[in-house]
Amino acid sequence: MTNENIAEHTVEPMSAADANTEHRITVRGLNIFYGKFRAVADVDMDIEPQSVTALIGPSGCGKSTFLRSLNRMHEVIDNATVEGTVQINGVDLYGPKIDPVQVRRKIGMVFQRPNPFPTMSIAENVLAGKRLNQRRIKKDEADQVIEQALRDSNLWEEVKDRLDAPGGGLSGGQQQRLCIARAIAVEPEVLLMDEPCSALDPISTLAIEQLMLQLRRKYTIVIVTHNMQQAARVSERTAFFNIEGTGKPGRLIEMDTTEVMFANPTQQATQDYVTGRFG
Amino acid sequence: MSVSTVEIANAATTSPFDNRTLTASGRAMIVAASLVVGVALSAVLGGVAIVRVVAIAAVLHTAALYLASLRIEGRRRAIDRLMTSVVTGSFVLVLIPLVSVIWTSIDRGAARFDGAFFTETMRGVAGAGGGAKHAIIGTLIITGLAAVLSVPVGILVAVYLVEYGQRNRLSSMITTMVDVMTGIPSIVAGLFAYSLFVIFQGPGARSGIAGAVALSVLMTPVIVRATEEMLRLVSNDLREASFALGVPKWKTIVKVVLPTAVGGILTGITLAIARVIGETAPLLIASGLAQDTNLNPLSGRMTTLPVMSYYGYVAPGFPPEAGYDRGWAAALTLIIIVLVLFTAARVIAKVLQPKGFR
Ligand SMILES: Nc1ncnc2c1ncn2[C@@H]1O[C@H](COP(=O)(O)OP(=O)(O)OP(=O)(O)O)[C@@H](O)[C@H]1O
Ligand SMILES: [Mg+2]
Repeated sequence: MTNENIAEHTVEPMSAADANTEHRITVRGLNIFYGKFRAVADVDMDIEPQSVTALIGPSGCGKSTFLRSLNRMHEVIDNATVEGTVQINGVDLYGPKIDPVQVRRKIGMVFQRPNPFPTMSIAENVLAGKRLNQRRIKKDEADQVIEQALRDSNLWEEVKDRLDAPGGGLSGGQQQRLCIARAIAVEPEVLLMDEPCSALDPISTLAIEQLMLQLRRKYTIVIVTHNMQQAARVSERTAFFNIEGTGKPGRLIEMDTTEVMFANPTQQATQDYVTGRFG
Repeated sequence: MSVSTVEIANAATTSPFDNRTLTASGRAMIVAASLVVGVALSAVLGGVAIVRVVAIAAVLHTAALYLASLRIEGRRRAIDRLMTSVVTGSFVLVLIPLVSVIWTSIDRGAARFDGAFFTETMRGVAGAGGGAKHAIIGTLIITGLAAVLSVPVGILVAVYLVEYGQRNRLSSMITTMVDVMTGIPSIVAGLFAYSLFVIFQGPGARSGIAGAVALSVLMTPVIVRATEEMLRLVSNDLREASFALGVPKWKTIVKVVLPTAVGGILTGITLAIARVIGETAPLLIASGLAQDTNLNPLSGRMTTLPVMSYYGYVAPGFPPEAGYDRGWAAALTLIIIVLVLFTAARVIAKVLQPKGFR
């Protein structure tokens, strides 16, 4: 089930050229609503595969909302709707025959607050995605998945002796890395992270940043962050969102390589924001 | 009180932070004086009985401690002491009926709490002897059936209310109906079940299943409410974490939400069972009285412990003491069953509860 391609659920065939090689995300004309309130307006964006893209912007400008619309988590909220297209490999995630559950298997997510499953051990947490989606996995395969995911998330050395301990017993930073392990254990193609370090100390933050630098070889990563240095350190490309005022929708102001965005952006608002003269 | 303030209070000092407080000997004196006056007063009021002495002494002690504290320690401490007395007093007051019920049941139930009580039935017993085997089995069958009927329904309704029916018309209707059901008098539930089974089995039909249906009418709303509360306590973060792994909604509910809430749900179910296991009125109507063991809930009368206890007093037979004793022993057995249930639920909830958090 896990390896079933999203494209099987759609009418338009994938072009063979970029099948399974690159996972460029193309966003066109995206408007995101909470009921009647338009939270994000008219976003066009291209997200490069196998790289880290940072989303920055002031609080309430719709970064989380935008991020959640990329794996159809937005519609989990009551009355929340999306207009426009999000294409991955040319397949529109919001197409009529697309199953949002399949989309979420391909596009994993890490949340701001670490949220391991309290009823499960560390090992079970890592396996949760596979266990809950598949009928059964063999013991040795399971062990392999656990070790690989925990190694990939830099947690293996710290927990290898207590895999059966409850996931909730770890420190905040370890829990967050456990959540990352859980997300990558289902082998997604894209990993969305919403302020993954905001609850963490500098050392755990560093660990997760290094992790992102490793993971970007395998995954396409989109990260929301309030920390300019973090955006500068980990991302190749940066997108700046802004909001004109309360009640107005957030908009994508500009997007470029991270160096350009921080050194000489074309928009004054971006310049003000990255240099801390916002507001 | 004639005791001078100098004796019962610490000497005042010059520092503004030092407190003049009642000393231990001062406190002891107030207690002793209250008791003495209590004994004296109750003698005047009609004989020294321990309950009367304690009650009078408690009231006196509360007043005396407040006044002494007001004199010596000031207003704030005095009110603190007054409130402490009132709260402690209320607690003891509430405890009295509980302890009294348990004690009386043990005291009077002990006479027939013997081997025969658990191995014999009332078949052919007119006076002394006999047992409650049939009633214990009946209690377990009827309550068990009621639980089987109402636990799945209750949990499913709660799951619908919390996970699917977000504030829609149907869910607010269900919530109102559950509230109404909570208020149904148990005798009405009994009449409902009786008349329901009369439709199928003819007038005068009484059976275990009819009793179980009556009890499940009482149980279901309690289970719905308890489960709903527990499901709402499950953090939305966990649901989202599961969705984000590509887990479908129903599987998220079954594998993530329900296991997280299972401890509380179990406690709710136990409370609901405890609520109905002692019901008498609906079972008198729906299940009737039987003197012998009936293992078939679908037909024939079936007796439970509360019903047996009731008849032990209403129709004790001759000599009546034998009937009374059986009634008390049945009550004691019921209390023990409920206590065992509660302990079991506590243990299971502890085992299943999410680990490692705080
Ligand atoms: N569940 C919701 N229901 C209704 N409106 C919402 C909801 N979540 C967010 N919003 C609104 O959508 C807008 C964008 O919110 P969003 O959480 O995406 O901002 P953000 O950029 O992530 O902010 P922050 O940096 O503080 O996390 C805000 O105006 C917010 O009030
Ligand atoms: Mg946010």
